[in-house]
Amino acid sequence: MFAYVIRRVLIAIPVLFGITVINFLIIKLAPGNPVEMFIDPNTPKELLDAKKELLGLNAPLLFQYYQWLSNLLQGQLGYSFSTFAPVAEMIRERLGPTLLLASASLFVGLAIAIPVGVLSALKQNTRFDYIMTGLSFIGTSIPQFFLGLGLIYIFAVQLKLLPTGGMTTLGGSGGVGDLISHMILPVFVLGFVVAGKKVRYVRASMLDVLKQDYLRTAQAKGLHAFVVTNKHALRNALIPIITVVAMEIPLLLGGSVLIEQIFQWPGIGQLTIQSILSRDYPTLMGLNLVAALIVLVTNLFTDILYSAADPRITYR
Amino acid sequence: MSVPQYQLNDPGVKQIYSDEIQLEDTAEPGVIRQIWSRFVRHKLAVAGLIVTLLLVLVALLAPLIAPFDPAMVTGSFSAAPSGEHWLGTDQVGRDVLSRLIYATQVSLLVGFVTVALYVTFGTLVGMASAYFGGWVDMVIMRVTDMFMAFPFLMVILVVISVLGSNMTTIILVLALFSWPGVARLVRGSVLAIKQLDYVKAGIALGYSTPRILFVHVFPNAIGPIIVNATFGIASAIMSEAGLSFLGMGVQPPTASWGNMLTDAQSLTVLTDQPWLWVPPGAMILITVLAINFVGDGLRDAWDARQ
Repeated sequence: MFAYVIRRVLIAIPVLFGITVINFLIIKLAPGNPVEMFIDPNTPKELLDAKKELLGLNAPLLFQYYQWLSNLLQGQLGYSFSTFAPVAEMIRERLGPTLLLASASLFVGLAIAIPVGVLSALKQNTRFDYIMTGLSFIGTSIPQFFLGLGLIYIFAVQLKLLPTGGMTTLGGSGGVGDLISHMILPVFVLGFVVAGKKVRYVRASMLDVLKQDYLRTAQAKGLHAFVVTNKHALRNALIPIITVVAMEIPLLLGGSVLIEQIFQWPGIGQLTIQSILSRDYPTLMGLNLVAALIVLVTNLFTDILYSAADPRITYR
Repeated sequence: MSVPQYQLNDPGVKQIYSDEIQLEDTAEPGVIRQIWSRFVRHKLAVAGLIVTLLLVLVALLAPLIAPFDPAMVTGSFSAAPSGEHWLGTDQVGRDVLSRLIYATQVSLLVGFVTVALYVTFGTLVGMASAYFGGWVDMVIMRVTDMFMAFPFLMVILVVISVLGSNMTTIILVLALFSWPGVARLVRGSVLAIKQLDYVKAGIALGYSTPRILFVHVFPNAIGPIIVNATFGIASAIMSEAGLSFLGMGVQPPTASWGNMLTDAQSLTVLTDQPWLWVPPGAMILITVLAINFVGDGLRDAWDARQ
């Protein structure tokens, strides 16, 4: 087991390295350069060249990459083109709200998907199963921004029950209640989308387990149906779900861009849009890198968790 | 691979060889017919296929069906639906129905072309990875890990913001970050098929690697690829809509369902002009739903165990 963990971590290192290379290449594709962005367009060309030389922009690409990487290893992501603040600090401020939204949505999504998926499998081909399968199709097919706008229209504009966006009421007293009222709609949208995808996995996995011999044995022993379902079937059916949950994380981080834009949620998704509009490449690169790191680390973690949860998996 | 040449001319070997060809010739249409008959039993999938075909028809016949030029100002701006403009006009005064019809072209084009590109590339890479194994496989799999670590929509937005947004870049960038999934899927199938006796027989008979890969392995791996491609079309359409909604996709005056929804970010449009944002949103939902139903039907039809 320990050897397996070490192996997984070692494999992740070249991947991490590759991610930084891809990220660096995307920056270099960007038109213009920081010098031209900062300085008055009427500055003589000789001065610009001198400044470029000073910033190392005339150096070979490989050397520039080396410099960027060594700054990165010291936690330096550079400075924003638009606010001139350190990128690392800007991202740190925005990461909390996004992680709060994403984890709440993942929790809500699974809290819907697991019971619904299990019940669908137990009541296979009944009306309940058909309705839930239909809803899960809508969950996977509805654009998040359309669902979000629709819910704002109904619950915020027409019924005036919930705020239209933001994380707290401006000038309000704040507090947990206020935060929750702002979270309900975005969490529901992301949670619904997550649940739509997961219901089918849970259902299929449960159906698979229900066919196994050891379940028939448990039933034949005369165990109560509740014990058989919850203790023998559900636990085994949920093992493959671990991996599927990990697959959701990049989608949630990506989806946060749309949701945060619609609900004016002050997270990294909204920062991404703001940075795109102001052509703030250092911030964009930092965001991309941090998001990829989160995905890489959670994938590594789930792989290890999965092998710990299912002893049939050999540690190779 | 070390089979001496003269054995291939041995009548016995020739017999096996020609039998195999015959089997392939007779088996192919049978398999397709079986899959089709299973697909037809799936009512939602058939409904999805009909809706998809209708949408293709709408896209092809857009110039004939659309009542107005989608880019022309043809009425007063933000007019409510009327006899002349069935779905009203947008904030500039263009006919919403005509824009909706023309946007079908954009969505389907992005969906089909993106998927054709990345499925072809992903299939080739996945087959190579599984067939050659060893360090080739190791390197390819690590590259797929790298691409898959980036959160999809976020990295696509960043790359498009760097390259500039037009339909070609959207298609290329969507394809660039979508192929690894297909490559891994194909790799898995090929690894399983590679172990089968008939492939070993092909190797023993001294067939060339491309011949074994494309004639013997690929036809048996195609089911999951087609299913994956179908779902891929739906998700590419959804991604394009998302990008266009954020203003980083198809640019006005070209109509796209996504960019038609952009205006609904303002509360006045959202509240007072539902005809501007409900129809394009509904069109995305219907299209994606229909294609997903087709994909689901194909998956069930291919999986004979059900």
